[in-house]
Amino acid sequence: MSDTHAQSVAYVRDTMLDPKPAPASQSGAIQWLRENLFSGWLNTLLTILGILAIYGFFSHFYAWFLHGVWNANSLAECRQIITTEYGDGATGACWGVIRDRWHQFIFGFYPPELYWRPILTFLLLFAAVGPVLFQWVPRKLIWFTPIYPFLAVWLLWGGSIWGPVLVALGFVLAFVVFNYVARFGTIGGFAAGAIVAILFWLFGVSPLAGVLHAIIPLGIEPVESAKFGGFLLAITLGAGGIAMSLPLGVILALGRQSDMFLIRTFSVIFIEFIRGVPLITLLFVASLLLNYFLPPGTNFDIILRVMILVTMFAAAYIAEVIRGGLAALPRGQYEAADALGLDYWKAQRLIILPQALKISIPGIVSTFIGMFKDTTLVAFVGLFDPLKGIPDFIRADFAWKGIYWEPFIFVGAIFFILNFAMSRYSMYLENRLKRDHR
Amino acid sequence: MTTAHDAPESQGFRLSQLIYDTRYRSLTIQVVVFFIVMAFVGWLVDNTIQNLSALGKDFNFSFLSQRAGYDIGNAIIPYNNDMTHGRALLVGLINTLWISFLGCVAATILGIFVGVLRLSKNWLVGRLMTVYVEVFRNIPLLLWILVAIALLTEAAPSPNAYKINPTTGEASASMLFDSIAFTNRYTAIPSIHFDRSLGSLDTALAPISLNFLAIVLVLIASIWVNKRVLASAAKIQEATGVRPTTWWKSALILIVPMLALLIALGFNPDEPVLQGFNFKNGTNVSNSFVPLWLGLTLYTAAFIAEIVRAGILAISKGQTEAAYALGLRPNRTMNLVILPQALRVIIPPLISQYLNLTKNSSLAIAVGYLELRGTLGGITLNQTGRELEAISLMMLIYLAISLSISGAMNVYNNRVKLKER
Repeated sequence: MSDTHAQSVAYVRDTMLDPKPAPASQSGAIQWLRENLFSGWLNTLLTILGILAIYGFFSHFYAWFLHGVWNANSLAECRQIITTEYGDGATGACWGVIRDRWHQFIFGFYPPELYWRPILTFLLLFAAVGPVLFQWVPRKLIWFTPIYPFLAVWLLWGGSIWGPVLVALGFVLAFVVFNYVARFGTIGGFAAGAIVAILFWLFGVSPLAGVLHAIIPLGIEPVESAKFGGFLLAITLGAGGIAMSLPLGVILALGRQSDMFLIRTFSVIFIEFIRGVPLITLLFVASLLLNYFLPPGTNFDIILRVMILVTMFAAAYIAEVIRGGLAALPRGQYEAADALGLDYWKAQRLIILPQALKISIPGIVSTFIGMFKDTTLVAFVGLFDPLKGIPDFIRADFAWKGIYWEPFIFVGAIFFILNFAMSRYSMYLENRLKRDHR
Repeated sequence: MTTAHDAPESQGFRLSQLIYDTRYRSLTIQVVVFFIVMAFVGWLVDNTIQNLSALGKDFNFSFLSQRAGYDIGNAIIPYNNDMTHGRALLVGLINTLWISFLGCVAATILGIFVGVLRLSKNWLVGRLMTVYVEVFRNIPLLLWILVAIALLTEAAPSPNAYKINPTTGEASASMLFDSIAFTNRYTAIPSIHFDRSLGSLDTALAPISLNFLAIVLVLIASIWVNKRVLASAAKIQEATGVRPTTWWKSALILIVPMLALLIALGFNPDEPVLQGFNFKNGTNVSNSFVPLWLGLTLYTAAFIAEIVRAGILAISKGQTEAAYALGLRPNRTMNLVILPQALRVIIPPLISQYLNLTKNSSLAIAVGYLELRGTLGGITLNQTGRELEAISLMMLIYLAISLSISGAMNVYNNRVKLKER
């Protein structure tokens, strides 16, 4: 058959044809457009509406952005420049306010010659959180992390170095006592450590600090809390609140899962009470009521008061997130820990919490983001937050009376960058910690 | 072989068992914690009593029955400044509930819309919605409220601008849909008007509009009758296998009585009309309400969109495929298979967003809308100087609202929970 073929058929192709490219409508950009933008009438309609929306947005604000003026010292000057350059009726952004007042947005009323202190604190923050957040950072740096909070307080508020050092010493003391007593029982160790530390802070720190300062006067210029403002205030509150609320949240979550009735009840009451009221009312408690609750004559720093309440607020939310993580662990994990003969604290530390915290990461990070956003509410107790306190202050100046959009955009953009970074980090961490192979 | 061991000799109770015996240890811990907490609370109370006596104040709520002496611009129930602080509190509470309700409704609608569009196959629209969600979620709510109020007070025209200029025959600003006018002092929207109104029923709390009552009654009655019709149709279907067509009956039952009632009452919307320097006829919503509502809605909608998206994505593709394999059409698949499962995932976080919105309504402080925080925790507090009473009462009321919403959520959760072994 095959040998007759050559005679019966005039022509036989003995090589494969080269594959042809797909038709123009089925490949490349055109196919992509058809599939993603114009498949069906509804999709086409949506695309057209989307394009119209984008066009509407940009046609409105394009000119405003393009006419932006950076070199101006007042709103009137700004408007004059825009009118002379682009004609009557032209609108434009007046970024001059950012150039003129950026230091107030960032640092509040912190003395300008001391700006290096908050900047250094901020840079050191990365060194402190780096070993916790990223694996590629040298492990040795982790020693810096527990030192950082005290260093940061000293750098930001200034004054004698001995106060923060002695407060840190209280923790060291508590740890030593805990290590010694924990041989007889973990809970006893905790209790003894806490009692020693509290006694030391109450009665040891201030006289000792005085004595030490008299012997070795090491100190930098003190800056009072009223000078804090802008993002310096927001980040101080946010970072401080985050650092303190996580341990408190873990303890509250464990308390809520506890078998002991009273511990559970107290935890539930605390968590539900804090979660049930708006943060603003808690800030009012900080600014108006805390003086009633403390011994007569106590009057401590407003930033510290606000930070305590913000910490309690965030801790209640984090406790609920972690409780979700604890509940999501299979019972087998708890039973396995029991079967290994681990006591409660060992089981929690080695088996339960590492897994529960991993599950809770997205929730914890979104609580942190929420808390950082909520730091703007301190404007209502008279602090200078970057969103309302500082812009209101700037608008009170005649030169910048009536400037709204530029501060909104500037501050909003910084908030967006910081929060977006945090949420991306949580996604990265989720991926890194993922252990199931799906 | 098996010998029963003698029971260990009872040694009596030793004090060290309180610490070393796990049976007693938890008791010891609880007692100790109880005393510590009580001592702490006692310390706080003692400090408070001392501080109060030092200031010459006492702790009582009699200020609630004193004359308030301030006006509330957005009162829903009748109120004037001769009424008591208690009444002002009530007005504030109703305002809180009202703005929260409107915010929740609008945020839910917008959130579902955005969440579904974000999942759409349209690349452009999906990206736009992602941008919306990310931008609104990552920037504080306060900024959005401030932006909204700046938009209305700085960028919106004065009511005058809606006046038709006699020379050009045009107004410099035009109304949205010919019925809504944003101005820098208020937003004019149409109000509801009844030509043959039934009047209103005066109660101690607030007058109740009989028109409104009649509409609600007719609505409930027609929904109930409709339910009965559907139930009987289901019965026939079970008995014979053929479902009688009911859509026209349902339509008749739901629409005709309501239409008849509205015509009988002479219902018509009253469009705002510019008279002199101000809009008349319609309702002028103050510029403290609209920005707050707008800010709460846009911000919360971004969160709700994410919840809706996650809920829909949480249902595995196998469910859809199984439904198609059973021969269900896309429409029925959505209603019978996807939505009931997705709702189970969506509802709990949705309710907690409603809770957040209610609590965030206290940001009214930024716009001067007088809700619970503005009345009780604001002007009343400042006038009477009773911080302790006002703030604790305010916290208790917020707590009661939150607990009742989350209580309702728990009831619902238990109803839709998967019944497991």
